[in-house]
Amino acid sequence: MTEIVRTETSLRAWLMSDRPQSRRQASLGRLYAGWRTFARNRLAIVGLAIIVALVLVAIFADALAPYSPYQGDLTRTRLLPPSAAHWLGTDDQGRDILSRIIHGSRITLLVVVLVAILAAPIGLLVGTVAGYAGGWIDAALMRVTDIFLAFPRLILALAFVAALGPGIENAVIAIALTSWPPYARIARAETLTVRRADYIAAVELMGASSWRIVFRHIMPLCLASVIVRVTLDMAGIILTAAGLGFLGLGAQPPMPEWGALISNGRLYVLDQWWVAAAPGAAIFIVSLAFNLLGDGLRDALDPKAGS
Amino acid sequence: MTALFTDRPGGRTSVRLRRFAGALGRFLGAVVLTYLGLLAVTFFIGRVIPIDPVLAIVGDRAPEHVIQRVREELGLNLPLWKQFVIYLGKVLQGDFGTSVLSSNPVMQDIRRVFPATLELATLGTVIGAGIGIPLGVWAAVRRGGIADQLVRVMALIGYSVPIFWLGLMALVVFYARLGWVGGPGRIDVVYEYTVTPWSGIMLLDTAIAGEWEAFANALSHLILPASLLGYFSMAYISRMTRSFMLNELAQEYIVTARAKGLSESRIIWRHALRNAAVPLVTVVALSYAGLLEGSVLTETVFAWPGLGLYITNSLQNADMNAVLGGTIVVGSVFIGLNLLSDLLYRTLDPRTRAR
Repeated sequence: MTEIVRTETSLRAWLMSDRPQSRRQASLGRLYAGWRTFARNRLAIVGLAIIVALVLVAIFADALAPYSPYQGDLTRTRLLPPSAAHWLGTDDQGRDILSRIIHGSRITLLVVVLVAILAAPIGLLVGTVAGYAGGWIDAALMRVTDIFLAFPRLILALAFVAALGPGIENAVIAIALTSWPPYARIARAETLTVRRADYIAAVELMGASSWRIVFRHIMPLCLASVIVRVTLDMAGIILTAAGLGFLGLGAQPPMPEWGALISNGRLYVLDQWWVAAAPGAAIFIVSLAFNLLGDGLRDALDPKAGS
Repeated sequence: MTALFTDRPGGRTSVRLRRFAGALGRFLGAVVLTYLGLLAVTFFIGRVIPIDPVLAIVGDRAPEHVIQRVREELGLNLPLWKQFVIYLGKVLQGDFGTSVLSSNPVMQDIRRVFPATLELATLGTVIGAGIGIPLGVWAAVRRGGIADQLVRVMALIGYSVPIFWLGLMALVVFYARLGWVGGPGRIDVVYEYTVTPWSGIMLLDTAIAGEWEAFANALSHLILPASLLGYFSMAYISRMTRSFMLNELAQEYIVTARAKGLSESRIIWRHALRNAAVPLVTVVALSYAGLLEGSVLTETVFAWPGLGLYITNSLQNADMNAVLGGTIVVGSVFIGLNLLSDLLYRTLDPRTRAR
């Protein structure tokens, strides 16, 4: 017992050391300190827990869902209110709503992850290149960014989907195309703060190419703020994707996408309110979790930004 | 005229005018560039639609020379930049083409539906600012108090809840269950044709006609979607008001005002809020623009015959001219309000000129 306690305290001491012996110790130590700040924020932990739960539900959807998300019994289980057999009731095709929501979590996660993978690197690249290059490159790139920022996001996504055709892939592309500008702004601001730093001058003197400097020496420093911003944006991404699904432009039936589920439930909402209520609550809970997590991350990584 | 712009010592008006002219110049430059960008994007979207406009007109069995002729008539044989210039000229004259669905010019359709959206978004902003600003002030004055918590929770919910879902649930509760408000649409069918659509703004039209029964009915239809939009605008406005007020209340002039023995309410409402008012104007303008966008989903839920519903209906019927026309109008209003709020901020607040 005491042995464990000792290794625990020494591990902490190792992590909290002011004189790290290696690069790994330093970065692990920083990570640990960040985690301690983050963990003090209870709401952020709640948010994290919900997202971990969402990931687990998505992975084990087949085992967790009590019924098939696609097959319903049209003769006997149509539009049933919530009961012990169907916790959240059934829809117009007799399908269990809980099972559909559980399977829908995969789509939500997929959309969020894909948009982040597509949009964050674009923003990061545009922002760091603009900030490092300066001059007309900066002016041109930032002008383009401003133009995209000036657009109403949902309308732009709508127009893109209209052109590309409805479907979940096109919805992801449309949302990604409308999400990168804020990341570019942030990455540029971060780049400007390190642009004149001595270490950049040192790398330049050593003959590193501009691309190498941007990729290896500037981008890693911008990552933290971009990640925070992406996390805060995830709720917005989920809401936009759900909005597109609701308008029939995102995921197509019979995919159990949450926005599309609400759209389907809308037809019966005045009498069978539960068909639309449950998927909306799911969207709300997950968006809320991302917002709480994002706030927590922001406070942990940048204590000044909190209000 | 030139005398106004010379740099005389003590000529404060001239300096101010010149700064204003400079700001205006930059503002106009930004408007033109952003607007060009908007049109470039819609033009590009119009080009990548998988539907070939020529085939849509002549059908896929037309002989080669007919296809060729129609292609030339539509200007599709010209280089891309020339097509863009022609497109620009048309759009600037308000020519968005003809709607396939209604076979009217798109501009005419938009003129018909826009007042409905304007009415909804305006009342939404009035509700949002009317409640949001006092609430934000209260939250800043009593930090950590009830109002402060309320502002935090409201903002968090506002950023997390799908607006169309909240609208549906509100319909279920306030219309279907409680019967407090009118349902979807702008007015009951009974009144639909008794009121002359004078301005297209239902409350105004019924009031002018003196049809108070119809007015009450229109209001009962309007109040729920407007409150819904108002909630989202309130969540944003109250949070921003709070942070502006916290900033002002920490300034030294507040200490001075207290030392002079001014009453607390005078300090809050007359001194601090007046200084916070300039950024607030921009926040309200931005939230107004945001509501125009939010109306796309809200109008679909409430079957509100405005621009948002027009765009989504056209989308579902692959009516691209109408979709792009609607996008340009919403985008223009959005850009206009965005840049206007920027300009207002720069010219109204003397502190931003000090740079």
